[in-house]
Amino acid sequence: MTSAKEEILGRVRTALRDVPASETAADSPVEWVYHQSVDAGDNIVDTFEQRVIDYKATVVRSPKAKLPDALATAARDLGVGSAVVPPGLEQSWRDGLAAAGVTIIEDNPDHRLSNQELNDTGGVITAAACGVALTGTIVLDHTADQGRRALSLVPDVHICVVGADQVVSGVPEAVQRVKPAVLAGQPLTWISGGSATSDIELSRVEGVHGPRTLYVIIAE
Amino acid sequence: MTIQTEHRLTPAPPPGEYIDSPRFQIGAKKGLANTQQRANLKHATTTIRNKRARVVAELDNWQDLRTAGEQIKTRVGRHLDEYLVQFEENFTKAGGHVHWARDADEANRIIVGLIAATGQNEVVKVKSMVTQEIDMNEALEEAGIAAWETDLAELIVQLGHDRPSHIVVPALHRNRAEVREIFVEEMGRYGRPAPEGLDDAPVNLAGASRQHLREKFMRAQVSTSGANFLIAETGSLVVVESEGNGRMCLTLPQTLISVVGIEKILPTFDDFEVFMQLLPRSSTGERMNPYTSVWTGASPEGDGPQNVHVVLVDNGRTNVLSDPLGRAALRCIRCSACLNICPVYERVGGHAYGSVYPGPIGAILNPQLRGTASVIDRSLPYASSLCGACNDVCPVRIPIADLLVHERHKVVEAKKADPPHIPHTLEPQLIDAAAWVMNDHRRLALAGRGTALGSAVLDLIGVHGFGAIPGPLGRWTGARDVPALPEMSFRQWWKKNRGDQK
Amino acid sequence: MTTTTATTATVTKAVGKPGAGKTVALFATCANDVMFPQTPVAVVKLLERLGCKVEFPEEQTCCGQIFTNTGYYDEAVGSVKNFLKAFEPYRYIVGPSGSCVGSVRHQHEMLARRAAGDAVANRVAAVAARTYDISEFLIDVLGVTDVGAYFPHKVTYHPTCHSQRVAHVGDRPYQLLKAVRGLTLLDLPDANTCCGFGGTFSLKNPDVSVTMAGDKARNVASTGAEYLVAGDNLCLLNIGGVLHRTNAGITPIHIAEILAHTEGDE
Repeated sequence: MTSAKEEILGRVRTALRDVPASETAADSPVEWVYHQSVDAGDNIVDTFEQRVIDYKATVVRSPKAKLPDALATAARDLGVGSAVVPPGLEQSWRDGLAAAGVTIIEDNPDHRLSNQELNDTGGVITAAACGVALTGTIVLDHTADQGRRALSLVPDVHICVVGADQVVSGVPEAVQRVKPAVLAGQPLTWISGGSATSDIELSRVEGVHGPRTLYVIIAE
Repeated sequence: MTIQTEHRLTPAPPPGEYIDSPRFQIGAKKGLANTQQRANLKHATTTIRNKRARVVAELDNWQDLRTAGEQIKTRVGRHLDEYLVQFEENFTKAGGHVHWARDADEANRIIVGLIAATGQNEVVKVKSMVTQEIDMNEALEEAGIAAWETDLAELIVQLGHDRPSHIVVPALHRNRAEVREIFVEEMGRYGRPAPEGLDDAPVNLAGASRQHLREKFMRAQVSTSGANFLIAETGSLVVVESEGNGRMCLTLPQTLISVVGIEKILPTFDDFEVFMQLLPRSSTGERMNPYTSVWTGASPEGDGPQNVHVVLVDNGRTNVLSDPLGRAALRCIRCSACLNICPVYERVGGHAYGSVYPGPIGAILNPQLRGTASVIDRSLPYASSLCGACNDVCPVRIPIADLLVHERHKVVEAKKADPPHIPHTLEPQLIDAAAWVMNDHRRLALAGRGTALGSAVLDLIGVHGFGAIPGPLGRWTGARDVPALPEMSFRQWWKKNRGDQK
Repeated sequence: MTTTTATTATVTKAVGKPGAGKTVALFATCANDVMFPQTPVAVVKLLERLGCKVEFPEEQTCCGQIFTNTGYYDEAVGSVKNFLKAFEPYRYIVGPSGSCVGSVRHQHEMLARRAAGDAVANRVAAVAARTYDISEFLIDVLGVTDVGAYFPHKVTYHPTCHSQRVAHVGDRPYQLLKAVRGLTLLDLPDANTCCGFGGTFSLKNPDVSVTMAGDKARNVASTGAEYLVAGDNLCLLNIGGVLHRTNAGITPIHIAEILAHTEGDE
């Protein structure tokens, strides 16, 4: 008895009897030039900043050396009392937050916060894998300084540090940046502003699920 | 409000099967008369297509992107078996499990089995058209498993005992007052009730759904999803969304079952760059949608579900594939740009199409997925004036208008082979008569003389043009006046005035 | 063969007889022959005024799209044969219908290949490539936008779907209308939305068709125009029929008839 897989593949091959047996996938033409940069203005970091602001997120810029202070300011401004951090988050950043009175809880394989515990924290702080200027997108590849996906999903505030050198012009370059992570089996989350829906009469409403506050620090 | 007479875990959908839908004309007439839906649709489709036009105009390589989308998906179609095998290998290597389903029943059996194995009796769902296509929710209900929709529009549809009417914004046909009523009436039966004094401001309605769903997200052990793309090279899946319910379902439970049509393949991760530029602009008119998730098998370090499954669904897709012209419809990335530009869809709404896939894409896909035996599928290719606006906006350049003509031809051939027992029109006879005339210019000349003669006769009795007349021409004249017939045909004029020339 | 939009916005006046030495085979179209003869008559007068010699090969019947677009491919073959027979001897074939010309160019080769094989299909394709809508012929072949027309009225133009999306005549009709002396061209709201005719669609889906025609008629009436002009008479019959039923006081007219109109005419 044929398995479902064999039967479906058999149907596919029969359906494609008009495709010459000698034709390989590469023979079916694709004229597109991959990995090109796109026109995102003269200064792609400025464009990135502007586009993220357009999504109603807060963006501040900080020299790398002053990141601990910038994080402390963010935590104070947003009223974040406790924050979950990924295992690989820089120590100096944690120190900055602690200085602002934030209770740091690290999530790691030995100490995994439950969904409820994540729900009860004030916020999460992560780094990023890259920023996409044209679309104002932040891409997380969930490696050690970003943490598993639930961390940046459940808490209501997400403070994200994006390096200016991590910003690329557009989607094609971003795909190249994160491709090694995908090949290594990492998940990705592409974030462009906060959650939104236009399902009711096409009237856009922000903040349905996912963090309702996105605060971005561009580290230069 | 539907009165449920038997105990159910989830709200009962409306009775009847899609395949038994009446011909398009009947649902269309109903839709035309629904003034609330007319207003919603006009507002919604006008807004989205204007947004789409703006963001598309920002890219000066938009046409190249469309060509790339077309070519990549054509390549996929022509080598689908290789790509499916490659995807299965890579997803399995990454710790996932792949299942194959020939049809809806098989898919549902597999899904029920996977959920039963976890011992759970509820799942949270990310919106997936294919799970509606196979009627998964009802199969789960029968097996004692509650499937909770978490996409706001699908929640409105589910709680409203309704059917979706659009691919991307399924509750488009509901206004805010109706949504409020549905929430107030039904939420409490299936979880946290709507808050006291809930008004109909969209922000508060969305807030009510956030609260109602939060407890389900927090406790769910099993979720189901679809996928926008399957990436063969890496064994990855992609879900493109706006609200964050996708991220909730894809990340928090232990078991994730993704139900995906076999045509959703992209060859490589590089190809993702093309489709992430095409899809958000085409579907919601944004440069980028809020959240896109990519995962490959079971993610490392216990990040998210570790018991991950993909159910690959055929359910008629190989039928579509077997038509070298018709298979272009499998390029579809479910953006809904064709729905949003279609003047017919805008006026009749999605329910008239008798399928989870309405609009222009539905009109060419359903008769191929389901065949041309049913009354609804025989009528769908004709649910269009062939204006061609859809061709212009399809991000993967499906020649929808041409495929509508192609499907009409298949319906005509099917009817010739298997005519309806009681034909309700004289169409084949009228076509034969017209063809007889057009096959010989002398007959057309005669027809012209006949019209001129008729005109002279009508003139004698003082009739110049006419209004509504009974009979088949009543379909035209019911709403339109017809001018007076000419005194002589062009052939007659030519003979009289240029007769010595050729 | 043709591009989507004509190249310039400047008006090119007919100097002398740009059609001198050119023989044009007129493709009247079946509907025009029987119901709207004034349109091909206008084409004859217009082209002769510009110096062309016009012939009317009598073997022609129809483009066949009433059959093709309803799914009856076999029934369309007779029309394709007649088109080939009538027009193959000619260098220029001109018809006053973006829809019919579009059908010839887009569908005849496929129908011929299916019915009679490659050799015939290639001949059919060659003839189709020499078939022009009147607007294309005037601008692309005769090289003029000002054909010496005079039409002192307020006019609004509906760009029919098939003339735009199948024949791709682009903005040629606009260029021609703008060069007509005395004519005031008023913008039509939602111009690019279908009028709802769609051939047999109007009979098979009459409710939807009438809804679309009603919306189009309302938009036309809102312009304050005296005339509604288009390049396809059946779309005009559709919209004009609704306008007349509601006594809108607007007359439908084919673009060829405007272009043929001079100061000498009443």
